[in-house]
Amino acid sequence: MEFDLSLLLNGIVSGLLLGGLYAVAASGLAVSFGMLDIVNIAHPALMVAAAFLVVAVGGAIGLDPLLCAVLLSPVFYLIGVGIYTFYNRFFERRGDEALQGLAFFFGVMFIIEVGLVMAFGPEQRFLDPSYAFTTWRIGEIDLPLRMLIPALFGLLAIGLLYLFLHRSFIGLAIAAVAQDAEALRLLAIDPVKIKRLAFGVSAMLACIAGGALIVVQPVEPSSGQIFIGRVFAICIMGGMASLSGAIAAAFLFGVVENVTATFFGPSWAPAVAFGWLLLVLAFRPQGLFGRAA
Amino acid sequence: MSATTLTDLRGADRIRHLPFWLGAVGVALAVFLALRLIGNEYGYYAGYFVLQYVVLASAWNILGGYAGYVNFGAAGFLAAGAYTAIVVRKAFGFDLIPGIFCAAVVTGLLGLGTGYLTLRLRGVYFSIATLCLAVVLQTLVVNWDYVGGSRGAYVIRPMTIPPFASYGEYIFLVMLVLAVITVGIARTVEVSRLGRGLQAIRDNERAAEAVGVPTLRLKLMATALCGALMGVAGAPLPYYSGYLNPDAAFSLAFAVNAIAMPLIGGAGTWAGPVIGAVLLASLQQAATVTISSALNLWIVGWILVIFVTIAPRGILGWFGKR
Repeated sequence: MEFDLSLLLNGIVSGLLLGGLYAVAASGLAVSFGMLDIVNIAHPALMVAAAFLVVAVGGAIGLDPLLCAVLLSPVFYLIGVGIYTFYNRFFERRGDEALQGLAFFFGVMFIIEVGLVMAFGPEQRFLDPSYAFTTWRIGEIDLPLRMLIPALFGLLAIGLLYLFLHRSFIGLAIAAVAQDAEALRLLAIDPVKIKRLAFGVSAMLACIAGGALIVVQPVEPSSGQIFIGRVFAICIMGGMASLSGAIAAAFLFGVVENVTATFFGPSWAPAVAFGWLLLVLAFRPQGLFGRAA
Repeated sequence: MSATTLTDLRGADRIRHLPFWLGAVGVALAVFLALRLIGNEYGYYAGYFVLQYVVLASAWNILGGYAGYVNFGAAGFLAAGAYTAIVVRKAFGFDLIPGIFCAAVVTGLLGLGTGYLTLRLRGVYFSIATLCLAVVLQTLVVNWDYVGGSRGAYVIRPMTIPPFASYGEYIFLVMLVLAVITVGIARTVEVSRLGRGLQAIRDNERAAEAVGVPTLRLKLMATALCGALMGVAGAPLPYYSGYLNPDAAFSLAFAVNAIAMPLIGGAGTWAGPVIGAVLLASLQQAATVTISSALNLWIVGWILVIFVTIAPRGILGWFGKR
């Protein structure tokens, strides 16, 4: 293919927009995997489940998908609290996180995915909000609202998360539980309670990400699988518990993946996620911005 | 007799290999003769289905059960084995048996490579990497026209292979032999220095490293062996079904069953995956006839979650083996 500057520029810009979606998808994981050390491989499956619910609920009553995701997020908070309570009771307390706990989350992921196939059928679902076909143009660069609005929406959610984690007492307690759960007990704070709350927040973010996802692209029950590689790669690259690191990594990742898709064809995009993940694990396991552990 | 070489391992039980192999061959012969007496093609078909899971679950157990490193990519390795068999058949005209050897080499190297890049870190990173490996291998196969891309590839099955009554009987027998060999390898690993080292890694990797267990080397050996055996489980698949497409080869059913079966039977023992595979695969084979395949898989997912919750040591754990 002949090199084309405007194609490259457009690839980069829509990669950045895609990065906004990836950032919100990975931020939930940065809380559960990065801060709480819970390897929630079911996170992308929750996100896809949220997207399906948004289609079902929002499509039925004609609500905007992003607003619908916000309204649904308390439900996901409760789901997250439920999953963590179960996980803590049967795996964390027994010290079985490594094998049985991981298998548990795999089972949950599997149940969600197959459950979606049974409830909605295996075909793709999509929604077209009113702004879906509007595109702003700045010079040579296209800014489709279909991607711009979910990206801004995702960044807004991450901004709120940032304020919550850095300004509120509970947010600070979550950061503390990530560093030393026992020290929290000395302050008469129950670390399990804090973790439960944080896991609920992480599930809420999965719901928000699901709402953004359905605006950007059609989803099918197996869409979560490809996101596993993406969100874990971004989370590890961003330095695990760091929100700003995850956002930067998400933008970088979106650009690399989208430019690859532009020049080599979209079917190669999944290979980027995996190659990237392997390289990060092999050479920078502490993340792009982290210090050596 | 065979145990004399192992007596220098203090605390090791006297391991008797001969009775195991005689017993395994005896059981295999009995199964084969029983199916031959029934003489129904469906018996071979269902038998192959169960036995391929015996191989897959035993392979998973070598790394997952003994060392505690979870491989989520069973479907990827199995499909890599199946597609290797297709490629060597198309490129060099290799038949099933040489195809199985090639599959073992390719998937063994695949396991070694993945392990080499990720096993120096915590176990979860390896698990996440294997999960993605399956997705990427599928992308490669879908984009690879030589093996049919997403349309799939055909293997023309002959009606009969001379000494056998039917083709179904032949392919079943091949899988039966593979299953006996795999279970034998798994048992040998369990009682060997490799297995003991892996168990030390599972119980406390740092302590194992500190007392001089070469952890990385043992893990790499286990990953390569695990990958190779998973490839072996997949290599006969195109010969068995006559047609293979990426959706069938990378089916989620393989990934979930490879984990569910050892955990249900009892991970970390050679008999656990066999028990789990026979139970769960028979259940699925019976259920496929009566209910939809999605519901079928859904039930397997629930069984997995319920078992790891209420019986974390599997069925064998009920008998207090440890």
